[in-house]
Amino acid sequence: MGGRAGFFEGRYFLKPNLFSLGKDLVGLEDLSTDQIVTVLDTAEAFKEISERQIKKVPVLRGKTIVNLFFEPSTRTKISFEFAEKRLSADTVSISSVGSSVSKGETLVDTARNLEAMKIDMVVIRHGSSGAAKFLGERIPSNVINAGDGSHEHPTQGLLDALTIRDHLGSFDGLKVCIIGDVLHSRVARSNIHGLIKLGASVGVCGPYTLLPADVEKMGVRVFSRIEEAIEWSSVLNVLRLQLERMHSGYIPSLREYNQKWGLSKQRLELGSDELLVLHPGPMNRGVEIDSDVADGQNSVILEQVTNGVAVRMAVLYLLSGGTPETAESAKGVN
Amino acid sequence: MRSVLVRGGRIVDPSQSLDKTGDLLIVDGKIEAISDEIGRMEETIELDARGQIVTPGLIDVHVHFREPGGEHKETIETGVRAAVAGGITAVCTMPNTDPVTDDPAGIRFVLAQAEKAAGARVYPLGAISKNQEGKSLAAIGEMVEAGAVGITDDGNPVMNGGLMRMAMEYAKAFGIPVADHPEDLDLSRAGTMNESLNSTRMGLLGKPNISEDIQIIRDLLLSELTDSRVHIQHVSTAYGVEMIRQAKSRGVQVTAEATPHHLILTDSEVDGYNTNAKMNPPLRSSEDRDAVVQGFSDGTLCVYATDHAPHHYDEKEQTFADAPNGIVGLETSLGIGLTCLVGQGVVDLSTLVDRMSCAPARAFNLPGGTLKRGGIGDVTIIDPNVIWSVNSNEFMSKSRNTPFEGLKLKGRASKTIVDGKIVWNGL
Repeated sequence: MGGRAGFFEGRYFLKPNLFSLGKDLVGLEDLSTDQIVTVLDTAEAFKEISERQIKKVPVLRGKTIVNLFFEPSTRTKISFEFAEKRLSADTVSISSVGSSVSKGETLVDTARNLEAMKIDMVVIRHGSSGAAKFLGERIPSNVINAGDGSHEHPTQGLLDALTIRDHLGSFDGLKVCIIGDVLHSRVARSNIHGLIKLGASVGVCGPYTLLPADVEKMGVRVFSRIEEAIEWSSVLNVLRLQLERMHSGYIPSLREYNQKWGLSKQRLELGSDELLVLHPGPMNRGVEIDSDVADGQNSVILEQVTNGVAVRMAVLYLLSGGTPETAESAKGVN
Repeated sequence: MRSVLVRGGRIVDPSQSLDKTGDLLIVDGKIEAISDEIGRMEETIELDARGQIVTPGLIDVHVHFREPGGEHKETIETGVRAAVAGGITAVCTMPNTDPVTDDPAGIRFVLAQAEKAAGARVYPLGAISKNQEGKSLAAIGEMVEAGAVGITDDGNPVMNGGLMRMAMEYAKAFGIPVADHPEDLDLSRAGTMNESLNSTRMGLLGKPNISEDIQIIRDLLLSELTDSRVHIQHVSTAYGVEMIRQAKSRGVQVTAEATPHHLILTDSEVDGYNTNAKMNPPLRSSEDRDAVVQGFSDGTLCVYATDHAPHHYDEKEQTFADAPNGIVGLETSLGIGLTCLVGQGVVDLSTLVDRMSCAPARAFNLPGGTLKRGGIGDVTIIDPNVIWSVNSNEFMSKSRNTPFEGLKLKGRASKTIVDGKIVWNGL
C-alpha cells in the first residue's frame, strides 16, 4: 500500500532543494505540498527499519538531540525517542517537572544553556502557541515542533496523512472530518493545513462552543451534527476531549458529549463500510469514541502510532540535511 | 523675568482657529503674546522656528509610568523625559501601579515624583475602586483634592455595573470624568488577541469585539442615566465607534480616545507571534481599523492618546500568551500622527493638533490646550520635514516595546517647552 514506486527515480533528483524542510519544522501551514509529500515518501522508505531485527541505522550517528517536553506526553515523546534512537542519534529527554524549567527559568535561557552544550536538534512540546517558532528564531539548532499550545502538531498531521494514504492511496476526492474540540486542538490545525494541501476536502464537527471563530475561512466545511459529518466523510479523525473543558463550561457534561458527538458503533453505520477512523490519542473511551469503534475494523489508530515513528524518522533525517534521493542508501544494508 | 520668543513659526492653535506665521512670546511661564513680529527683547531666549510648526503643548491622557511597583519598566522620571522627547508637554498617568494609586497618598506620591523630574507635567488619575478590585469605591473625593484629574480602573475593567453607576454619580460632584476601559472579562475569557481567522490560525484564544462593545454600550447608558461625564479609552471596534457617535448625537457627555496603533495597525500584525503587537484591547480587523479612522476624522473619537505601556525586554521576550499587554507610544505618536494621519489625508494638521492638545485638555479639565494670552507656557515646536526612522534604542523611555521599530516617519518635535522652559531640544 501507499509508497510511491517512482520516488527514488529521476524526477526528484533535479531540484532537491525544493524539498528541503528548512531549519525548523514548526507547522504544516508553512510547508508546500511538495515538502509534505517528500516527508511522507521518506517516511515510507523508513518504515521498514522498524520491522528489522536490529532496528538501527547510522543516519544521525554523532548528532545530539534534546527532547524538551514542557507538557506531559507519553506517546509523542516515546515516538520521537524511538525515531532518534533508530537513527543512532544521542538523545536526552527533559520534562518540565523536576528540571530547572520548573524553577522559573525562561524558555530562552533553557534553550541557550542546552545550546551551550553543543546540540544539533531540539524537539519541543510546549503549552503556548508559537513556542516552537519562538525557540527556532533564537537558537541555531534545528527545532521540531512536537505540539505548541493550540497551534500545530505537525508530525501528528503528517502521520495522520501517511496513515490515510496507506489505506486510500490518494487524497483526491477524499473527505476527512475532524470531530471534537477543534478550538483547542493543535492536531486539528495541522490536519486542516496538511490535508487541504494534499488535495483532500476537510470538515470539522463539534459543539459550536468548541469550534474556533471563522474556522470556515480556513477552507473547511462545518458540521454541527455528527450524523451529517459521518455521512459526508471518507475519514473521521476523532479528537480527544480534554476533561477540563467541561469544568470551563464549554460543554454541560461528558455524558451529554458522548450522547451528541461521541462516535458510537451505531453512528458509524451511517457511513460507508470503508470509513477510516483515526484518533491521535490518548483516547477517552466512552466519551469521544466508544470502545467497539476504537477497537473495531474501521479503526487505524494503532497504525497511526506505528507510522508516527517513521514520520518522525523522516523529519529528523530531512532536517539534518538528508535528501529524499539518499534516503534509501542512508538506510544501509538490511 | 524669564522669557522665550519663538520666531517665525507657523502657529497652529485650533482653540482660537489660528493658523498663521508669526512670533510667540512666553513670559514667566505664561503665554504673553502672538503677533506677526515681536521686537527684540532683553534677557530673552530666541528660538528660530522658521519652517516649523508651533502648537499648544501636546497632551497624552493615557500613559502608564509604572511607578510605584514597576520601576524596571518605567519611572515617572523616564516617563516624563520620554514624553517631552515626543513633543508631549503633559500626561495623565493611570493608577494600575503596585500598590494601586487609590488614595490621596498615592496621588501625592506621583505628583512629588513628577515635581522632581524635569519633563512633562503629570496629571494623575486615581482608581475607581479600592485596589482596582471592582468592589467598593476608592477615596475619590480625597484623591481629587490631592490632585487627581479623573478616575479609572484601566487594566482591571469594572465588571459590576452597579459600582460603575455609583462611580459616575459620585465623580460628578467633583467635576471629573470617569475614564473607562470597556471590557467584559467574561466575554474576553483568556483571549490574547482579536478573535478572528488569525487567532484561529495561530491557535490563540481570541477576544471578540463584543467584549468591548457591550461595556461601551453599558457605560454610555450609565453616563446618560447619571448625567455625568465618561471618557471611553482606546476604542478599537467599529460598533463601539458607532455607539459613541450615536450617544454624542443625543447629547451624552462622552469623550473617547483613538490610539496610534488602533488607527494604523490590524491584527495581521500579530503574525509570527509578535509580542509587540499584543495589547488590550487587541489590534482588530481592517474594518474596525477603518471605523476607528473614520471616528477619529469626524471627531467621534476626539482624543489621540497612546496608552503608553512600557514593559521590560524580558517580559516581552516570551511566548505570546505569556507576554504582557501593551506597547510604548510617547516617542512615536506625533510622528505617526503627522505621517500616517495628516500625511495620508485622514485629518488636517489643525485637527491633529486639536486631538492631541485642545480636546484632551477639555476632556480632563487640564490647563493648556491653547496659546491664548495668559495660558500656561506649554508649547511644542515641530519640524514637519525631518525624515527619521523609529529606533527604540534611542528612546528616552526605559522600555523598547514598540511595533513601529524601523518605521520611516516624517516630522517630529524639535523643541518642547513646558512652563516657559525648554525641556527638550531635539534638533
